Amino acid sequence: MTVVSVISGIILVVAGVLTTFRLLDGPNSLDRLVALDTLIALAMCGLAVWAAYTGDTTIVPAIVALSLVGFIGSVSVARFRVSDKS
Amino acid sequence: MTTVLNVIGATLMLCGSLLALTAAIAIVRFPDTLRRMHAATKPQVVGLIMVLAGAVLELRGNVDIWMLILVGIFTLFTAPVIAHSVGRVAYREQRDQDGLLMINELEPPELP
Repeated sequence: MTVVSVISGIILVVAGVLTTFRLLDGPNSLDRLVALDTLIALAMCGLAVWAAYTGDTTIVPAIVALSLVGFIGSVSVARFRVSDKS
Repeated sequence: MTTVLNVIGATLMLCGSLLALTAAIAIVRFPDTLRRMHAATKPQVVGLIMVLAGAVLELRGNVDIWMLILVGIFTLFTAPVIAHSVGRVAYREQRDQDGLLMINELEPPELP
């Protein structure tokens, strides 16, 4: 169980690094938005893996807060952003 | 029984992490925004739900696992809304730039 948790954490960190590359490099602000959304989901996965690894559910409300804030942030940016060309 | 549930939970967590990794690789590799969204939304949501199910199986008997189930249901509700709003803006901007999109489905067809 511990080995699987560590492997999952390493995989999630690698995925986060790859997504951060797109977040910094993305030519469009929509690319950055998609990358940021994926990064928030990766953080939620990481917190769930950490909660299962330690057996401690103290940080589970943080996952709920991350999902709510991520949803509101993504929809607001997609609704109110200004195009890059102008 | 306990060992079986532990193995199932660990397998779910590992498969969810691998799906999240495929989503990240596709976000780096794919050429434009719509294809990146196609890669990002589905494996990421399924991967997240698999990781949450694995965590629920590992933390069974605890009183706080209803929050994990709540997060899973909320993700299923919010992911189509985010994909719809982002995809609409991306479609409008990308339609005229490159020749990748041939058919405009947001406007009525031209009558002869």
